Parts: sequence; C-alpha cells; structure tokens
Amino acid sequence: VRTNQLVNSAHLLALSQQEELEDLPKDYPLSPSEDEGDIDGERKHQKLLEAISSLDGKNRWKLAERSEASLKVSEFNVTSEGSGEKLVLSDLLGPVKTSSSLATVKKQLNRVKSKKTVELPLNKEEVERIHREVAFNKTSQALSKWDPIILKNRQAEQLVFPLKKEQSAFAPIEHVLSGWKARTPLEQEVFNLLHKNKQPVTDPLLTPVEKASLKAMSLEEAKMRRAELQRARALQSYYEARARREKKIKSKKYHKVLKKGKARKALREFEKLQKANPTAALEELEKIEKARMMERMSLKHQNSGKWAKSKAIMAKYDLEARQAMQEQLARNKELTQKLQVASDSEEEEEGAEEEGELVPDAVNEIQMDANGPNPWMLRNHLRGTGEAKVRDPEKLPEPVAHEASESEEEERPGAEEEILLNEFEERRSLRKKSTLNQDTEPVSRQEPKDSSSKEVLSELRALSQKLNRENQQCGKQNMSSTRTVPAVQREEPAEVEEEPLLLQRPERAHTVEELEELGKEECFQNKEVPKPMGEGQQSERNPNNQPGTPKEKKRKEEMIDLQNLLTTKSPSVKSLAVPTTVEELEDEEERDQKRMIKEAFAGDDVIRDFLKEKREAVEASKPKDVDLTLPGWGEWGGMGLKPSAKKRRRFLIKTPEGPPRKDKNLPNVIINEKRNVHAAAHQVRVLPYPFTHHQQFERTIQTPIGSTWNTQRAFQKLTTPKVVTKPGHIIKPIKAEDVGYRSSSRSDLSVVQRNPKQLSIRHKKQLKKNSVD
Amino acid sequence: MKVKMLSRNPDNYVRETKLDLQRVPRNYDPTLHPFEVPREYIRALNATKLERVFAKPFLASLDGHRDGVNCLAKHPKSLATVLSGACDGEVRIWNLTKRKCIRTVQAHEGFVRGICTRFCGTSFFTVGDDKTVKQWKMDGPGYGEEEEPLHTILGKTVYTGIDHHWKEAVFVTCGQQVDIWDEQRTSPICSMTWGFDSISSVKFNPIETFLLGSCASDRNIVLYDMRQATPLKKVILDMRTNTICWNPMEAFIFTAANEDYNLYTFDMRALDTPVMVHMDHVSAVLDVDYSPTGKEFVSASFDKSIRIFPVDKSRSREVYHTKRMQHVICVKWTSDSKYIMCGSDEMNIRLWKANASEKLGVLTSREKAAKDYNQKLKEKFQHHPHIKRIARHRHLPKSIYSQIQEQRIMKEARRRKEVNRLKHSKPGSVSIVSEKKKHIVAVVK
Repeated sequence: VRTNQLVNSAHLLALSQQEELEDLPKDYPLSPSEDEGDIDGERKHQKLLEAISSLDGKNRWKLAERSEASLKVSEFNVTSEGSGEKLVLSDLLGPVKTSSSLATVKKQLNRVKSKKTVELPLNKEEVERIHREVAFNKTSQALSKWDPIILKNRQAEQLVFPLKKEQSAFAPIEHVLSGWKARTPLEQEVFNLLHKNKQPVTDPLLTPVEKASLKAMSLEEAKMRRAELQRARALQSYYEARARREKKIKSKKYHKVLKKGKARKALREFEKLQKANPTAALEELEKIEKARMMERMSLKHQNSGKWAKSKAIMAKYDLEARQAMQEQLARNKELTQKLQVASDSEEEEEGAEEEGELVPDAVNEIQMDANGPNPWMLRNHLRGTGEAKVRDPEKLPEPVAHEASESEEEERPGAEEEILLNEFEERRSLRKKSTLNQDTEPVSRQEPKDSSSKEVLSELRALSQKLNRENQQCGKQNMSSTRTVPAVQREEPAEVEEEPLLLQRPERAHTVEELEELGKEECFQNKEVPKPMGEGQQSERNPNNQPGTPKEKKRKEEMIDLQNLLTTKSPSVKSLAVPTTVEELEDEEERDQKRMIKEAFAGDDVIRDFLKEKREAVEASKPKDVDLTLPGWGEWGGMGLKPSAKKRRRFLIKTPEGPPRKDKNLPNVIINEKRNVHAAAHQVRVLPYPFTHHQQFERTIQTPIGSTWNTQRAFQKLTTPKVVTKPGHIIKPIKAEDVGYRSSSRSDLSVVQRNPKQLSIRHKKQLKKNSVD
Repeated sequence: MKVKMLSRNPDNYVRETKLDLQRVPRNYDPTLHPFEVPREYIRALNATKLERVFAKPFLASLDGHRDGVNCLAKHPKSLATVLSGACDGEVRIWNLTKRKCIRTVQAHEGFVRGICTRFCGTSFFTVGDDKTVKQWKMDGPGYGEEEEPLHTILGKTVYTGIDHHWKEAVFVTCGQQVDIWDEQRTSPICSMTWGFDSISSVKFNPIETFLLGSCASDRNIVLYDMRQATPLKKVILDMRTNTICWNPMEAFIFTAANEDYNLYTFDMRALDTPVMVHMDHVSAVLDVDYSPTGKEFVSASFDKSIRIFPVDKSRSREVYHTKRMQHVICVKWTSDSKYIMCGSDEMNIRLWKANASEKLGVLTSREKAAKDYNQKLKEKFQHHPHIKRIARHRHLPKSIYSQIQEQRIMKEARRRKEVNRLKHSKPGSVSIVSEKKKHIVAVVK
C-alpha cells in the first residue's frame, strides 16, 4: 500500500512539474495575470487552441457570431473579429526572427503543435488483462521460492512421511468427560447417581472425603513426618553403604579380628548379664547351647565343604592354609566333643591321632617333602637329568666319522626329531655322491629328450633311487668310503637327475644351489670334510652346465609352438636339493594315485576331445565357398558323372577370409563368436532412460545389493526405500514453516476484503506502461 | 612340554543378553560368493512373480447408497472417516475400520454436487442441485435432536462444486462463477468470472492456500488468486477438463482429468506445455486425486477402471477394476497414502490398497528387510525383458482390452498419416508438434 502511495505521490510530483513548465512564460510582460492559477492557464490554453483552429479561416466568422458564450470572450479585449483579414501563421512567425520578445510565443506554439490529444481510457477487458498479468507474474514469482525444496525432494534418497513429527496429544479424561453430556434418559439417570455420590468429574479426581482427609493433616505435621522419613532413608543408605564397604574388604586378618571382637563382646555381655540377671543369662546360655547343638548336627566343620576341600589342596604348599585347616579341625573337635567336662589325657591323645587321620594325605606329603626330598619328585627329576645326560653324548660333535654316528642313531630309538634330522643328512650325503657320479660320467648328459622316453624315465627314477639307497646302505656297511662305488650302479640315477636339470632355466638352477648351500649351513656345521668336496663338485658342474646348454634351452622354449602347448607335457621341475629327498618319501603314494587316476580316466582323452571340438568350431565359423557349377550344363551329365575340374574351378566363388578368430592364439580356449540367442532373451536391448552409457548401466547391474555380498550396514543402506510412510499417520500437505520459509502472516481473507480501489492504484504504473506501448 | 590349546575369547561369540542377535561370522570374500548377477537376477524375477501372485488390491465394498455415488470427501483428522454424497441427495458418513455407515443425512433434493470438510474436522459442507450450500456438524445429532444443517445458504444458481480453504474459515463454490464465501456470511465476499461458462470444479491449493484452480465446460482451466481477487491465467485444452487436483507436496503442480482420456500435469507457471501427459485410460477421466506423498495420483474413469500414475511417468503403474464396478465418478487417496477409495455409478464405494501386493499389518524387521530388498531388486532389474513383461502384465476386462487395441491402431494410423504428410510436403512447411503441445489450444493471459 505504501509503495502505491509513493508511486502516486511521485506521479503527482511529475504533474506539478509539468505545470511549472507551462508557467514558464510568467515573466512575459504582456500576460501579467497568467500566474493566477490553473484555471486561468486552462482558459488561456483554450483560447490559444481556438485561435489556432480559427487560422484556417473557414469558421472564423461563425465563431465570432456565436459570441454570447462567455468562453469566446477574452478579458483582454483582444479578438480577431472585426479585423477581416486572414491571419496566416507565417505572418505571425515572420517578425519572430527579428524581435526576440516573441520567442516565448513561438515556443508555446511549437509546444501546441507537438502535443497530441489525450488518449481514451483503456477498455475494461484490457485493464483486467493487465491486472491478471501482473497478478500472475507476482504469484509465479512467489511460487518459485518452492523450486529448491521441490528439487531436493525429488532427488532425495529417502523421504519419510509425515514430514513433521506431530506430538501426540493426550486429552485428560476430565476434558473428555466435560465435553460429553448425558442426553438419553438412561444416561441422565446414571449421571444423577454419580452426582449423588459427588463423584468428581473434573480435575482433581478426588472425592470430598478424600479431600477432607487430605486437609486433616496440618502442614507442620506433614513436614515433620517428611523430615523423619528423610532421616530414616539417609540412615539406611548410610548403613547399606557401610555394609557394602565392609563386605568388600578382603583382608582375612581383618575379618578374623572382627569375628574375634564380636565373640569377645558377646562373652562380655553374657558375663555382664550373668551378674545382672542370672535368669536371663541362663536363658542365653541355653540359646548358645542350642546353637552349638544345631551346629553339631550340621555338617559344618567336617572337612567336607567346598572351602575345606580347596584348603586341603592348597595345604600342600601353603602354610597358612594348613593352619586354617588345623584351626577348623580343632573347632570341629571342640564342637563334636561331648560336653562331659571330664577330659582325659587319653582322649586328647586320641584326638591328636584323629587329627593326624583327618588331615588329608597331601598335607602330610608336603611335610615330608619339606623335610626331605620327595622320592617321587626325586625320581622325576632324576629321569630328566638322566635323559639330558644320555642326550649329551649325541650332541657332541662327530666331525670325522659321521657315518658312525648314523649307525648309532639307527640303533637307538631316541627322540623322533633326532631321527628325522639324521635321515635328512644321510640322504643329503647320498645325493652328493650321486651328483659326483654324474661328473664322472659325462656321457649321460647326451640323452634323448623325447617326451616318451622322459615318461619312462620318470617312472624309472623313483625305483632306481630306492635301489640306489639300498645299495648305499649296504655300501656303508661294507666300505668305509663311498667315493669308490662302481659307476655302473650310479649310472641310472644320474641320468634321471640330469633330465630336469636340462629343462631348468639358469636362475632356477641358481636358486637350487642356494638352497643347497642353506641346507649345508644348517646341518653341516660340524661336518667339515664333505663340504669342500661338495663345493668343488658344484664348481665342477657349473661350468659344464651353464655356458652352453641354458641358452640353447631358452631359445628352444621361445620357439615352442603355441598350438602344441596342450599336447606337450608340462616339464616337471625338480630341484636338486630337497625335492629329491621328499620325492623318495612320497613316491609310493604318488605312483599309486597316478595309477588310480589313470585307471579311472582310462577311456577318455580330454585333451584330444577338446582339440577336436575346437577344430570343428573353427571349421564351422569359417565362411564357406559358393559352388555355382551346374552339372550337365555344357557337358554330359548323369549318374556317376561329375562336372569337370575346370568347370568347377570356374564357377567356384571363394569367399574372403574373415577377421582372425579371437581364440587363435589361445590354445586352451574356445571363444564363441556367435551371439547367444538364448541369453539374448534375457538381456536388455536398449539403454534404459536415466543412463547415458552402457557401462554405467552394466556397473549398476554388476554391483550386488544383497546381504550375501554386503555387510549388514551396507545392505541396509543399499535397500533403503525411497518413500517411507508410517501406518496410521495422516500426511499433511507440505507447509512453508516446515521447510523454513516464513508463510505470509496476513490471512488470505484480509486481503480480499480490502478496498479494491487500492488494487487499481497499484497497477497504475503498469497500466501506464502498457498504454505507452 | 606346553601344549597350546585352541582358545577363544567368549566376548567374541557370547551375546550379552538373550535378546541380542547371535553373532554370525561371515566371510565376504567375493570368490566365495560367485555369480552375484545371475543370482540376484533370479531373485528379482522371483520377487516380481511373487508381487504379481500377491497382488490382491481389493479390500472392501461399502454399500448402502441408493443411487450413484457422486462425490467423496476425506476427514482431515480421522483416517477412518469418509464422507460420500450420492445422486439422490443423500450424504453418508462411513467408518472404514468397521466398514459401516455410521450416519446418513438427506442433505439435498437432487444430486449432491460437492462435499468438503472443514480443515478442523468439526463440520462439513455440501452443495446440491437445489441451489443451496449447507453446513453440517460432523457429529450426529443428539438424542431427540433433528438432523438439520448448521447453516443453509440459498443461492441464485446451481452450485456444481465446493472446496474449503486449508487454514481459514473460507470456502469456495463454483457454478456460473467462482464465489468465495466467509463461513459467517450469507453472501459471497468475492466473485470471480472470466467469460460465461459453467465451472464444474474448483480446488484450493493446499500449500499456497490463496491459489485456486477451476475448470469449466468451455474446455478451459482457470487459475485464481484469492488475495488479489482476480483470475491469473487460463489455458484452453482440446476437450473439457472434468476436475483438477493440486499436488500436496509441490506448490505449483496440478493435474487435470480430461475428457480426451488423458490427464495433464501442469506447472502453473508455464501453462503452454504440460509437464507430463498421462495416457492409459480408454474413456473420459472423471476424477483425480493425489497421494499425500505427492509422488503418485489416482484417476477414475468412465471406462469402469481406476488407474494409478506416477507423477513423472506417462503410463500408469496399476489398473484396478472389478466385474461389478461401473463408471467410476469419484476417487480419493486416503491421508496415510495406503488406501484408495472410489465411488461409482452402481452405488458402491470401494476400498483398495494403494500397493496391490503390499502386506497389511505390522511387519517384523526381517519381513521389512526382505520387502525392501525385493523392492530394490525389482527396481534394479526392471529393464530386463522377462521381468518387465511379468511386472507389466495385468488382466483387463475385455471391453477395455479391445478398446486399447483399437486406439492403438487409430493412433498408429494417425502417426503414419502425419509422417506421410511430412514426407510428401515441402520441407519446413509441415512441422511436427510434440505430444505435449498437441493438446493445448491456447493460453489466455
């Protein structure tokens, strides 16, 4: 409203300025009365208009004749009538050039000429249209404040409705009751009954009697009672806390002292009572007696309780526990004792004996142990030391005669580890000897490397190794040195060992050597003699192996045809050092297993089947040549006659070769290049709408959302529903206040009832703008 | 020799209370759970099938009216209460939990044209063919009292629709013009007209409550601003709009139910192009109502079915029909967004589930988790042809089915003709008009 008023005032200001402009010729001497006011100006204006309209000369006379109207009469007595001459504008303007005093007139004239007529007011429809447009613009501007919220809600991962949590309103029963009135006669009757009893209907729900009773207790009384109660509560809590604290104390001494103190106190009190009131004391005594009897009857202090049992175990080691037990026994004795005062020395002795019996064995045992060494324990200890002693000679290094120690070990069933270690050593030495033999027979290196022979050899290998070992063992027995073993015996194993060696790469061999070294360091710290020999042997072998063969082998491997990868057997890599020994152990099992597998799959050759299948697939996928020969066309045709080779050649259309197969270089794979029709039925054909690239879509499909692949938390997050509604809750339309906007405090109605004039004022500016257009 | 025993810390496997879940150690190594896509695909397929198996949307039929149900109204405070007006001037109030009529009022002579409840839920208004507006108490009359309206306003012309303001004691009626009434007065405080036509429906905007929308028989939709007492804009469509409904969550969005079998969702700031054209009905759409979540709406049609449309989709996600349901005249989505009610020609009000396969009642947490997972799976694989086919499959009455086929043929023919015309005319002389623009005749400022 205010803005409208402002606009209005501005408009008025503009109008007044215009008037000032019109008043400009104030200083003109010929028209001194011009400053009289608006009306005067208007009149002048009118006159001027008349004068101008009379310029064309047609109705000049007519105007002059209709002179009874005051309008035509000038107060300055300046009229054009009677002059009889035609006044031309150019005549008027002629002298203007010379006299400057006529400049203002000229200006006025110019202005009059330039001024248009005032337009008609806009018709009603037009005005309404403008109003509507303005209102629409305003409204849509106001509505666009919702844009961010709506966008947010549309993109939200999850929306929970109702948006605003409503507080559940509890209506007190009185309110419900007060809102309800008895209407039917029955209800009224019931109400009357209730009212007779003065049953309260409204808050507080107390009958007058109750109210009276409430009033009966005075304030002081209530306060006192409350204080009392408070004190009692405080005391109780204090005692409770104390008891808890005491209960927590773990010190046995403290508890003992406490108990004793209590007993003493009781005794003192009893004595006091005896003095003061013998009868009461007697009663008390009786009570005590009864308690003792009860205790006697019970199984307490009988060494059968949990505590006693645990103590019995502990008593072996713990002096204190022993004491506690003895104390308990004493108490038991005291309790179980008959109350005959006559206590003989004999009985005491008996008791002592009993005590001895009652104390568990363990206690005694420990005592014995404490006195002297426990024979059992002693035995154990001795055994341990004895073993250690027995072991010691073994551990003693035997630098020269290793074989001798071996024999010793074999004889004695010692620790298993020992045996294993020795065996290992034995095998190692054995292998060395065999490699040594290799050196002696260089012929063995030139071996046929056919796969077939290899297979045979590998089978032979195990057998020969075993044989070898047996030989060695007997050799050990017979000869002192193994170096002079007949070459014939060693030939075969040497070959066997050589075979894998050849297939190995140099690095691999190197690592094997390293392994060997390691093994040596491990086991042969004391075995000084064989070590240099072994090393020499290696150095001998290495130059033999490395310079020529490995490189050749390498080249050969490179040249291996990819197609034949499947058919050739993968070379079994056998290291020189450890595996040989292990193999020997597992040989039997392996062979068995192999045989079993072979027997089981005797019928089918999987590899050949696969190759055949692949060949077929390749053939099938190859484009076929088109044969267009027509038999009998241009030559004789019939049964048993074939078109000539020349003709066939002529009419055979060869199709160009397609692109190479994807599995061309993959020997053990068949890639089907035809689209799978069965799978296609389940596949999405076009990229669905929100996705822009097929990879995007595939990624969403490939990310699993189930709990099988995701953690519980992730699963919950992935499966949150987009819209959540609570059953039984009314979802109200979104409100400006809910989303943080200030809703218009003014009611919609108040605006409607306002003066509609203001509305038009508001749009005046707009109207004007429109009219200019 | 010390023997090392296998030992476990009980903290790792013993639960603190017996109400806790047992801890189940899991290995999420993907190599142990292969084929995730095929497995999930199968799960999605099963979920989709089960959804169809359990799709039993029909809950109840409320019968008792002695003429076709012409209008429905929701109670603003109580989910269980529904009001309905019939063609014989009878108004009934129903309890949905009991599925019984709890009150009957003979409100008008002739049709009850419109019914609406006051925002506080204490009273309701009806307009009828007898040129009256009546206000009624929501509670029934007391013992010995007469059933009579709180106020009755006698008008000069027939009122065809009524709606109440969402916050204030103001209501609006429509007929020859749109009248805004104060509850306390017997004459309208403001009347708005734009041309001479009979306005069939008028609705208050639930968010920006000063806005009004109306639709008239000369094929237009007019928007009004109550504060400025002026119409804002008018859009003229191909055919008559029967009713409109504002989106309760998006202030400037409304949907119009049109006679040309389609529904049009408009952004009121840009009326020249609808945001979405929803088409699936095979006859005039008579009523539309938004879900309180603002994500979907339901439409009632003369083709004896109701359909549920997502706001941003042009095709419906669900169609409900029964053998006995005739032309559906009015439809409402309940305030908890779980149910749909529709009143039809054959005097019944039917109650449907908004999600056909939804399980009613309280769900355990495991059930809920399974439901959510299945829903997500269905969403994830919704584009796969098998799943799409099963999810889209609906049984339709023969009449609707054949009409759909027929209209498909017609549409295809029209399209072909258009393409041919385009092909055989001078380039640039014939332009292709998009489906959205096709139905808008003009926007009048």
